[in-house]
Order: sequence, then structure tokens, then C-alpha cells
Amino acid sequence: MGAASAKTMPYWARGLAPLLGALAVLAMLQWIFGPMHFFVYLSSLVGVNVILAVSLNVVNGMTGQFSIGHAGFMAVGAYLSGLFSLAVKELNIRGLPATLSDQLLLLAAIGVGGVAAAACGFLVGLPSLRLKGDYLAIVTLGFGEIIRVVVQNTETLGGALGLSGIPQRSSFYMVWLWVFVTVLVARRIAGSSHGRSLWAIREDEVAAEAMGVDTTGYKVRSFVVSSFFAGVAGALFAHFVPIINPGSFTFVKSMEVVVMVVAGGLGSTTGAIVAAVCLTLLPEGMRSLFLRLGGEDASLAQKVDQIRMPIYGLLLVLLMLVRPQGLFGTREAWDVLPKWLSRRGPALKGPVA
Amino acid sequence: MSDFVQHIINGLASGTIYALVALGYTMVYGVLKLINFAHGDVMMVGVYLGYGTAFQLGRGSQSSFLGVLLIFLVAMAGCALLGFVIERFAYRPLREKPRLTALITAIGISFALSYGFQLDWVAHLGSASVTLLPGAAPRAFPEIIKPTEWLVFGDRDVVVWNWQVISLGIAVALMVGLQLLVFKTRFGSAMRAVSFDHRTAALMGIPTDRVIATTFMLGSALAAGAGLLYAIKDTAVQPLMGTYVGLKAFVAAVIGGIGHVPGAVVGALLLGLCEEFVVGYTSSSWRDAVAFGFLIAVLLVRPEGLFGRAVAEKV
Repeated sequence: MGAASAKTMPYWARGLAPLLGALAVLAMLQWIFGPMHFFVYLSSLVGVNVILAVSLNVVNGMTGQFSIGHAGFMAVGAYLSGLFSLAVKELNIRGLPATLSDQLLLLAAIGVGGVAAAACGFLVGLPSLRLKGDYLAIVTLGFGEIIRVVVQNTETLGGALGLSGIPQRSSFYMVWLWVFVTVLVARRIAGSSHGRSLWAIREDEVAAEAMGVDTTGYKVRSFVVSSFFAGVAGALFAHFVPIINPGSFTFVKSMEVVVMVVAGGLGSTTGAIVAAVCLTLLPEGMRSLFLRLGGEDASLAQKVDQIRMPIYGLLLVLLMLVRPQGLFGTREAWDVLPKWLSRRGPALKGPVA
Repeated sequence: MSDFVQHIINGLASGTIYALVALGYTMVYGVLKLINFAHGDVMMVGVYLGYGTAFQLGRGSQSSFLGVLLIFLVAMAGCALLGFVIERFAYRPLREKPRLTALITAIGISFALSYGFQLDWVAHLGSASVTLLPGAAPRAFPEIIKPTEWLVFGDRDVVVWNWQVISLGIAVALMVGLQLLVFKTRFGSAMRAVSFDHRTAALMGIPTDRVIATTFMLGSALAAGAGLLYAIKDTAVQPLMGTYVGLKAFVAAVIGGIGHVPGAVVGALLLGLCEEFVVGYTSSSWRDAVAFGFLIAVLLVRPEGLFGRAVAEKV
């Protein structure tokens, strides 16, 4: 989009234009990839992880707090949207074709999941964000565990067995639309004055407060935004996997997201995206590779699952020792890539000149 | 009524285990201002070391006095070494970095240990095979201290087991010992100086690195001892056992005021009682939620803990 057209556009359209563009592109991609079932499943998995990583980055990266209970918010979103969808399973909005009505109901379910998670984020965030970083980490972890125990003990949520029969209404289109919305919101926050306040809190909380930043308020708000999108990710997840159970939302899941954010660079949205895509595709790719190599023998593929967790742990330690700022630091891909390319540039030109 | 008394006894008993682990947490936090998330997993490694030693000793000698002593010594020495390695290679390089990096490292180590031990790697050297990593399957810890009923009231209404008395005795003895170490010895004053301000302490000629490393080793050895007492009570040994005990011990340390030695013990006993009453009168599946609910409640009302002092941040 040219600068001139952006200036002549009315204010409200300038905000909507990227979204409308994305809708069209996604519709095309849906048309191409829709029938490829495994691709849709895998890309949905990637999309959900990207939403989780980008949203966690708002709290852990931009605001400098350390939440390790993201899976708890995801669980809230997944279960409540799942319950909603189960309740309206047979419903058909009058006067609309079945698919459109399904998608609208899915959108409503995602909204329910997101808002419920955001409410939980508010409840957890309001008291605990007054605390210093490491206490917040423990409280978020504790919250995630409490959610898991509550779900396990609640009959209507399926208990330890899990909730099944949620209509599989999610699609490539829906997942990546939400990925786009999440990234857009994260980037808009980072660039706004709201975001500047978050960066200030990240760099020095006392100084930020002295400059008149309402630190608790900003922290709670970023927490609510982050948990909203975690809930959305959970809701999407619930609508493309056959069954959701408490085992999908343990501390391990939270850690996976933390590793993605830390590896991509705390504070870098593109970093979180790149890390989420890589860390989702790598184990999946290795698993299917080993499945093909091993044929009937599935033990190699199982080994990939087993060894993933200790590797994540060591990866965190190594990253902190060698490159604590992660892949991109606080910068974005477009800040970093030109520099990397130009560093290579002169070396290539050298012999010619 | 007898139910109630039995719950109190059981609660105090599980509280003492948390207390022993919490002492290590609180010591390390005291000198380093670092929540050593890997503490519970160091404990788990200690239990496996004890398990391996007991296995090598065989059924006859593992329950003799010398056998038990050897099992505890091996586990504690091994964990002290592990603690030293972790401190030297993971935490020391990060000491001057933002605290968040150390926290992330601690979580990473905890993850690497608890999930690394779930792999089952066996090395084959000729005909002998050596277990490098034990695998995820829970193992039964041998009865190195045979559980016997120490006191029985009425018609088995209230029972006090010997291991409950032993662990309570050890916890109280260690608490007193640590308190003496911190407040009555030269090393203790060095620890307090490092805790107060490690840069100034270094200027005064205190070998900060050595003090911190020793504290770490001490804490890790304590964790191993606590883990063995826990394993004797619980008998199932598995790689994730450290995570929950560690988290609960941390909660106990925070409740008591982190960095405060008697506070950790009191917090742990309170937590043990709380858990026991919730489990006893509702259902055991709620056990894991109790600790965190308690933690959040304490942090809301009194974030510095029962005995801690609120520290204002200076700029």
C-alpha cells in the first residue's frame, strides 16, 4: 500500500484495510489448501502456537513480566468454547446456509472462550501483578495448575477423560484469520503510546512509575489482552482436535510457549512467530519422518516426543548463557534482516571491485 | 475426634518433608535472591541416587544402620556435586545479568532434569549394562527403614509411625542447626553479608563465589536428604516427583517469608496441615490445588510472608 493512498484514506479505513486484505488472501488460500486435510491440521497447530507465542510475548516480552501459566488461559478458552459449541450443536441460524451458520457459531464460541480467558486473566492479574517478577511466575503457574485440577474434578467438563464431541468447525481460514488479528493487535500495541508505557515498565518499573506510568494498570491490561488471545487459541484448538482433556493444558504446554517466546527474542513479535513455526514443525516433521523410516516400528517417533522436553530445557539454559536476547532481541525481522543481508553484501561485492 | 487428631499428625508429617525441602529453597534465596526452580528436581536426582545405592547394597545390608547411612551419604554427596555444577556453569555466569535470565535458566534446568530422567538410556559395555537414565516408569523405593507403628492410641484410632517421628526430629534439628550456622558461625556471617550486598561483601574480602557455591551445595544436600525421607514414606520413585514437592516447598518458603529459616519450617507445617485437612474432608484429587490457592491468598494479604520483612526498593 503506497503512502499516498494511506493518507487519502479515511481514518477508520486505514485501520481496516490490512484486515480486509488478509480476508481476501486467506479466502484464496482456503480455496487452495482446504481439501488437504493433513496440511490443514498441521497449519492449524502452527497457527494456534503462533497465537499463543505472540500473545504471551505481550506480557513476557513487551511488559517484562514472566508468566508461565499460559496453558491455563488456553484451557479456559478451550473448555468454555467447547461447552458453548456443544450446547448449540444442533442450532442453525435461520435464513443462513449451514456452513455460514456454523462459522458464525464458531466465531461466537471463540468469543466466549476469549472473553472467559480474559476475565480469568483480569482476576489473576489484578492482585498478582502488584508482585515482583518471580512471584508472578509462581502465581501464574499455580493458576494453571488450579485450572487443571478444577477441570479434572468437574463432571460437566468431562473430568480427567476429557471433553469430546465438540463439532469440528475450525478451518484453515478461521485459524489464520485469528493469527492475523493477534499479530496485528500485538504490533499495534507495540507501536502505540500504550506500548511505549509497556516498554518503559519492562526496562525499569520504578523509573516508569516515577514518570507517571500507571504500572499496575498497564500490566493488568497487557495481561488481559494476552489471556484473551490465549483463550482464542484454546477455542480454536478445541474445534479441530477430536478431544480435549486436562493433559493438553499442563505446565509442559505453558513451557513450550515460553521457550518459543524466549527463543524468538523477548519483545519481538516476528521472533515469536518464527520460533513458534519452527518449534511446531520441527518435532512434527521429525515424527513423520521417523514414522516413514521406521515403518511399523513407532518407537522412533515416540522417542522424538520424549526427547523434545529435555531438549527444550537445555535450549533455555544455553540460550540464556549464549544469547539471552534470543533470535531477534526486541527487534523485528525487518529491522534485523537488512543488516544481516548487507553484512553479507560487501563480502560478495569485494572481489568484483 | 480421633480422625481429627490423626489428620493433624499426618499433616505435620507431610509438612516436615516440605520443610526440609523448603529450607534449601530459602537458604539459596537468602544468599542469591534467586528462586532455584530446579531444587525439587535436584531432590529427585538424590532419590534416584539413593535408590541406586540401595539396589547395589542388596536386600540384606540396605536396611542395616550402616547401609542407611551410606545411602544417605551417597545421595547427599551426589546432590551437593550436582548443585555445585549447576551453580558454577548455569547460575554464576548470569549473576550480574537481569534476574529474569537466571529465572529462565532455573526453569530450563528443572525441565531438563525432570524430563531427561524420563528417558531410558542404558549403556551396554560388553556384557554389563549400565542404566544412565532411569525412564518414566515409577519404581518402588526399598524399605530401608521399616515402617512401624511408634505409638498407637485406642483401638488403632490414632497411629503415629516411626518415620513421621524421625522426619519431624530431623527437620527440627536441621532448622536449629541452620539457624546456628547462619547466626553463630563465621561462615554464617559471610552468608548474611553476601545476602545483604554481595558486591560490598566482596570488597570486604569475603570470598563471595565460595560462599554462594557452598550454600548451594548445602541446600542441594538437604534436598537429597529430604527426598529420601519422602521416598521412604511414599515409596514410589519417578522423575516428576521433584516438581510438585519442589513447588509446594517453595510455596511453604514464601508463606513463611522467603529467606527466613524458621519461617520456612512453620510455613511448611501449615501447608502440610492445610493439605491434609482438605484431602481428609473432601477428596484427594484437590490436593494439588490447595498449595497454590494458599499461596495466592498469602501473597494477597501479606506478600512478604508471615515472618518476612517488606523491603522497599531503592533506586
